[in-house]
Amino acid sequence: MATLKDINRRITAVKSTKQITKAMKMVAAAKLKRAQNRMIEMRPYADKMSAVLSSLAGSGEELHPLLVQRPRQTVEILVMTSDRGLCSAFNTNIMKATEKIIAEKKAENINVSLSVVGKKARDYFKRRNVEMRNAWIDLSGKLVYSDVQTIGKDLIDHYNEEAVDEVYVVYNKFVTVMNQKITVSKIMPMDPPEESEEADESSMSFIYEPSQQEILNELLPKNVEVQIFRALLESQASEEAARMTAMENATQAADEMISSLTLQYNKARQASITAELMDIVGGVEALKG
Amino acid sequence: MAEKLTLDIVTPYGHVFTEEVDEVIAAGNEGEFGVLPNHISYLTTLKVGMLTYKKGSESGHFFVNWGYAEVGPEKVTILADSAEKSDEIDVTRAQEAIKRAEERLKQAETIDEARATAALDRAIMRVQVSEQHHTR
Repeated sequence: MATLKDINRRITAVKSTKQITKAMKMVAAAKLKRAQNRMIEMRPYADKMSAVLSSLAGSGEELHPLLVQRPRQTVEILVMTSDRGLCSAFNTNIMKATEKIIAEKKAENINVSLSVVGKKARDYFKRRNVEMRNAWIDLSGKLVYSDVQTIGKDLIDHYNEEAVDEVYVVYNKFVTVMNQKITVSKIMPMDPPEESEEADESSMSFIYEPSQQEILNELLPKNVEVQIFRALLESQASEEAARMTAMENATQAADEMISSLTLQYNKARQASITAELMDIVGGVEALKG
Repeated sequence: MAEKLTLDIVTPYGHVFTEEVDEVIAAGNEGEFGVLPNHISYLTTLKVGMLTYKKGSESGHFFVNWGYAEVGPEKVTILADSAEKSDEIDVTRAQEAIKRAEERLKQAETIDEARATAALDRAIMRVQVSEQHHTR
C-alpha cells in the first residue's frame, strides 16, 4: 500500500501540473481572442474582393490562366497545421484528412505534390518519408501579410509553370470555440462564378482602367493570397480554440485526480491513527492484566 | 440624387476608414483621378500613392500601398494592402527606409532592383503624404 508520504508527493505533482495547464488555457484564450479579431477584421476585405472578382470574371471566360480549368494531372495540396502541440486532435485530424485526400487522388491516377505550413505537418511527413515541395514554419501568432505573399507567389508560380493543375488547401475552419471543421477548398483555378442577373448588369456598366484584362491580371493572384491568408487565420484561431479546450479538460482531470488522491490520503491517515489507537488500547489492557 | 460619397477604405487588417465625404482624389494606375458624387461605375487599380478626401472645408490624406478602387454613384471602396492616415505615418522609419533603399540601389548588381525601387517609392510616398498633413 502507498504510504502517506507517497500519496502526498503525488498530490503535489498533480497540483503543479494543474497550475501549468490552467496557465496555458488562459494564454490560449487570450491568443484565441486576438486570432478571432484578426479573422473578423479580414472578412470585409475578402468579401469585397470576391464581390468585385465575380463581376469581373463573370463577363468573360479564359481571360487569365487562373480561370482556365486544365485537365487534372497533378494537384498541389497545402496543409495547414500548428507549430506547437498540446492542442488535442487538431493536427492529427488534419493529417488524417490529408492522407485520405492523397490516397483518393492516387486512386484516380493523379499525382500529388505537397506543401505544408507548420512544424507539425513538416515533421509528420518527414517521418513518413513523404516528399514535400515546401514547408513554411514559425508563422503562428505573428502572421503578417507579406508571409502570405511569399506563399502565394510560390504557389502561383508553380501553377503558372503548369507543374500543377489544381491547388487545394486543407485547414481547420473555425466554427465555434468547441467546433472546428476540417475544410478542403480549391484556391486555383478559380471556379467560374455563378451567374446572376445582378452581377451581369453591374459588370456591363463598369468602366475599367486599365483594361479588364489587366485588372484581372493583378486581382486574381491577389485573390489567391487573400484566400490563403483567410485560411491561415482560421487555422490559427482553431488551433488556439483547440488548445484552450484541451487545457480546460486537462485542468478538470487534474481536479478530479486531486480529489480522489486526497480521499485516499485521508483514508490512509485515518487507518494509521486507528492502528495506533489499537496499539495503545492493547498496551493499556496488557498493563492492567 | 446622392449628394455625398461614402468612402470606405478596407485592408486585410480591417476597416481603416468609413465616412461620408464630398470628394475623393486618388492615384490610379493611369494617373490621378477625382470622384464626385454620382460618378459612373468605375474600377481601377491604384499605385502606391496618396489618397485625398474632402469633406466640407476639411480634407484628409492617406498613404495607400497598392490596391484598387471601386467607384459607384454613392460609394467609393478602396481595397489596399495597407493604408495609413497622414498623421499616423512613422516618418523617421520611412526616412530610414529611403536611406536603406538608396544604399541598396547603389550596389545594384547584387540585389533585386525592382524590389529596392518599390521600397524606395513607398518610403518617399510616405514622407510626402505625411508632409501634406503638416503643411495643412
